Amino acid sequence: MATQHSRSAARLMMAPAVILLLGWMLVPLTMTLYFSFKRYLPLRGGDQGWVGFENYVRFVTSSAFWPSVQATLIIVGGVLLITVIFGVLLALLLDQPMWGQGIVRILVIAPFFVMPTVSALVWKNMFMDPVNGLLAHLLEFVGLTPVEWLSQAPMTSIIMIVSWQWLPFATLILLTAIQSLDSEQLEAAEMDGAPPLARFGFIILPHLARAITIVVLIQTIFLLAIFAEIFVTTQGSFGTRTLTYLIYQRVLESQNVGLGSAGGIYAVILANIIALFLMRIVGKNLDA
Amino acid sequence: MARSVTTRRKAINTVIAWGIGLLIFFPILWTILTSFKTEATAIADPPVFLFFDWTLENYSVVQERSDYMRFLWNSVIIAGGSTLLGIIIAVPAAWSMAFVPSRRTKDILLWMLSTKMLPAVGVLYPIYLIFIELGLLDTRIGLTIVLMLINLPIIVWMLYTYFREIPGEILEAARMDGATLREEILYVLTPMAVPGIASTILLNFILAWNEAFWTLNLTAAKAAPLTAFIASYSSPEGLFYAKLSAASTMAIAPILILGWFSQKQLVRGLTFGAVK
Repeated sequence: MATQHSRSAARLMMAPAVILLLGWMLVPLTMTLYFSFKRYLPLRGGDQGWVGFENYVRFVTSSAFWPSVQATLIIVGGVLLITVIFGVLLALLLDQPMWGQGIVRILVIAPFFVMPTVSALVWKNMFMDPVNGLLAHLLEFVGLTPVEWLSQAPMTSIIMIVSWQWLPFATLILLTAIQSLDSEQLEAAEMDGAPPLARFGFIILPHLARAITIVVLIQTIFLLAIFAEIFVTTQGSFGTRTLTYLIYQRVLESQNVGLGSAGGIYAVILANIIALFLMRIVGKNLDA
Repeated sequence: MARSVTTRRKAINTVIAWGIGLLIFFPILWTILTSFKTEATAIADPPVFLFFDWTLENYSVVQERSDYMRFLWNSVIIAGGSTLLGIIIAVPAAWSMAFVPSRRTKDILLWMLSTKMLPAVGVLYPIYLIFIELGLLDTRIGLTIVLMLINLPIIVWMLYTYFREIPGEILEAARMDGATLREEILYVLTPMAVPGIASTILLNFILAWNEAFWTLNLTAAKAAPLTAFIASYSSPEGLFYAKLSAASTMAIAPILILGWFSQKQLVRGLTFGAVK
């Protein structure tokens, strides 16, 4: 049993981490909240007093708001769909016996370790460039006209880039989950004559449900915040301005801090709703 | 009993898996190959795959023109510094949560995790303002602190899940033998915790190295790490494919190598112990 002495020591040892994170959370968030109720334009007159909920109303009624919500949903949804479906298929494939399994795994995981600015620029210039990009050469080779990816199909392009970055994450986690599946259960089903599709639908998929939920929640939190991929490719043009990018532009580019802060508070609320679901799953696991 | 697998089936698996694996890896491979080409070969039509005159010229040009080593050094300092600082703060915290848990431990852990979910863009301006006030804008120390704070929840969590696997009886035995708290941590716990701490360092170094929101927004010329350096290629001069490739290859090579060692920790670290 822990003594009173070790309890107070434990509290003391926890203090630095708790205080730092508390400060990191509360100080900037309080400031954002404060700015969000003000008309604050650092380069055009500075602090011009309290305006109540005006910024909140203006942020959601501005013509850029709904398109940005739409862009965010399409990118997050598209990437989730691609990474989960192909992640499950890839994980099933990698779980099969084969030669050089370790190397294939490394090849599949590698994109996750590439820094976002590198993957975005490599895709933008060396693959999606309409003249010199590899995809243009490929399309020409099969007799089609090259596409100006980032202006003609901007959403598809960004979803492609981001999916390439996150597919390894989904695959790796789903593979770990598949490998923890009791193989005897599968063998029993196979002996009873269950066809592969039934084995997948009734045994593997239910077993993966929790891992898929975790992949979806964690990716959603990271995908809502993607920034560099847009920053170095379209800079938010061609309809790729996500909520995150819109807030960034309001705050740093047009220096309308009040308006941007109201947007920031919306983003915080949105992230918290998703985080709540994730926490519940992680928390349950903590009790086990 | 393992199911018997026909060689034919295994061969088919192998071909499909290698094909898909190489397809996914291809952009990286292509970048590495292009970095050894001349600019003319890099945009040759049709593209040249392997048979070209390999050159190291791009690597020296990137270094000469842009002082690549400075950005590399910034990355090393910022990623390394933030990770070490985070470990120093997180080890005591994770230790106490794993070995002297209280009723609130779970809540504190979940709360820490929730700070990680805070969208960075929501606090961009306050942090920017604080940085200007404190003279931290475009400094390595400022960025080190911010990256330490955003990764601290993951570091605490990872350490906590590793520490929990250490049997508490050993610590009790040490306490019985009269070890002080300091001795207990230094001589009993630390040696057993080293593998877990090493994995935590590895993963968080990778995360900090690749971080691309704060590094892009809080640095300019002086403290910019590789993420920001590469982003500067998004201007039209980035159309020098071979040089972009050389700079990219150098920026990702160390992390690719480290990453291959950290596959397992990746799952544990990024799912907060929910998938092992």
